[in-house]
Amino acid sequence: MRLIEAIRMAFQMIRAQKLKSFFSLIGVLIGVMFLIAVWSIVSGMNDYVEDRIANRLIGANSFQLRQRPSITTGNITREEWLSWRRRPRVTVADAEYVAARIQTPVRTAKFCQDRVSISYGGKTAKDIDLIGTEPEYFNIRDYAITSGRAFTVQEMRAARPVLVIGDLLAERLFEGVDPIGKAVNVGGIHYRVIGVVEKQGTAFGISMDKFAIMPYTSQGRRLICPINVLDELLVKADNPTSMVVAMNEVEALMRGRRRLKPDQENNFFLQTAEGALEGWNKVSQYLSIGLPLLVGISLVVGGIVIMNIMLMSVTERTREIGIRKALGAKRSDILSQFLVEAATVSTIGAAFGIVLGITLAMVVRALSPLPAVVVPMSIALGVSLGMLVGIVAGVYPAYRAAKLDPIVALRAE
Amino acid sequence: MSDCVIQTLDLTREYVLGSERIHALRDVTLAIRRNEYVAIMGPSGSGKSTLLNVIGCLDSPTAGEYWLNGQEVSRMGDLALARVRNREIGFVFQTFNLLPRATALHNVELPLVYGGNTSRERRHRAGEALERVGLADRMDHRPNELSGGQRQRVAIARALVTQPSILLADEPTGNLDSGTSHEIMQVFHRLHADGQTIVLVTHELDIAAHAERVVTLRDGRVATDERTRSAA
Repeated sequence: MRLIEAIRMAFQMIRAQKLKSFFSLIGVLIGVMFLIAVWSIVSGMNDYVEDRIANRLIGANSFQLRQRPSITTGNITREEWLSWRRRPRVTVADAEYVAARIQTPVRTAKFCQDRVSISYGGKTAKDIDLIGTEPEYFNIRDYAITSGRAFTVQEMRAARPVLVIGDLLAERLFEGVDPIGKAVNVGGIHYRVIGVVEKQGTAFGISMDKFAIMPYTSQGRRLICPINVLDELLVKADNPTSMVVAMNEVEALMRGRRRLKPDQENNFFLQTAEGALEGWNKVSQYLSIGLPLLVGISLVVGGIVIMNIMLMSVTERTREIGIRKALGAKRSDILSQFLVEAATVSTIGAAFGIVLGITLAMVVRALSPLPAVVVPMSIALGVSLGMLVGIVAGVYPAYRAAKLDPIVALRAE
Repeated sequence: MSDCVIQTLDLTREYVLGSERIHALRDVTLAIRRNEYVAIMGPSGSGKSTLLNVIGCLDSPTAGEYWLNGQEVSRMGDLALARVRNREIGFVFQTFNLLPRATALHNVELPLVYGGNTSRERRHRAGEALERVGLADRMDHRPNELSGGQRQRVAIARALVTQPSILLADEPTGNLDSGTSHEIMQVFHRLHADGQTIVLVTHELDIAAHAERVVTLRDGRVATDERTRSAA
């Protein structure tokens, strides 16, 4: 008997026993649905976190020289935190020392930031990230200027009160007005808007366009940083390899400058995107353990359901098996008939699971900022797992059916 | 001997039922030649159904030899037996044993499915077999849409579709009224006239009277073996 014949028979049986078939495939359906949906959501979250944290908050191939980590994960003891606070802060002199001596080709930008209110013509925007930095910052962050321009090195040296603002700020303060050339009030200091940065979107629901960038030398720095002190020095290399080299260099330069002995720990911190991703990677790891567990349990339950229903089916259809054997069905024919039936049921379950899983992923995508992406591999895995569960669950019932004695089977009621 | 389809030698079938040993067949030696029409009779429990099941390869003898078309069936394994059931034997049951969900055509096609024929060939041959039993216009009906006589004719078509060496029938009219029984016997008569070897089990004398040879079993042994009329 050919496979196609067995599949045709399986479909006839499924059509004849719709409700029973539905119950037998529901376990596999749920398992595969979870597999597809959770996998797409996790993969969407991965893309999202990587894109937002790695490439927007810190930037690819970039690191920050800081007093202490800016993004911490896991439990930090009070002692640890206090020791971080006792560290010397990164100074303008530190930054200039490092930037002048580093051999690896990198871009660097001094960086300071705090929240301020900015007002224009009676309107005030609160909680704006005021950033004091160098012109290289725009290159490091890959900011495109949609109107106006960035400030220049000359403007920075002259400590000019010029401001490049984020898209959201432009929208809030200058609705329908061209912001370029307008004078705004930054914490009592007058600044002139010279450029607007292209819209960056959101990360975790928070807008990334609520900022204003000024030369770190300009007057407003007293709103955000003590004199001669920086939050961090941003360093961007061309590629991951030179980033590692640059990090080693910066570490060595800083240890030398601060005269740290070999047994002393660093009293500064190099923050990388990878470091920031650590927390997410942990979550991701838990999910990657939890997901197979969840899917595995559903599939095992689904398999047990299929096995039980198949066993019931073999008992109910003993006479049919007898008839088929009397007409010349070999053991292998009966075996493959029931195996194919179980595999067909569970594969149909997997197919529905895939459809529902994709739907679920699409719903998440539509209702949340997560770019849930269906991973093609998960569909392939879903189908093959479904089929496998059916075959494994079908083996024992099919074996029972196949070894039935024809005359005994024919006498069954 | 060469024109013998069936040859049994001291065929014995024992069952163990609890602590009791039941001798369904004891040393049955029987030869059936090509194109014979044999009725096996006997009271219930005489072993006539067991004999038919052994001949039909549904049951295996505990001792003795069974030769079918020169092959020793009693020594065959499971796979070979399935092939013999498929190709050499057509079995008609008292209770028809049709698949309830399948159409008449599909029921008749079934032995060909296990014979590995192409679907086109199956359709063609199943259609022909149904025509032979006068059911060409009932091909797409399911068993529950057919009368008892029609069902049995579907079963006969199914038994014939592989052109088996022997047609075996176990009380084929047991579930039918006398009018329909007569119809079925006419079908058997016609098949025999066309050259088919037939062995049927019955306990009704008037059914047995259609055969040209009557073998009577008693307590698992051949009691009488008579020719009722000359061979065709």
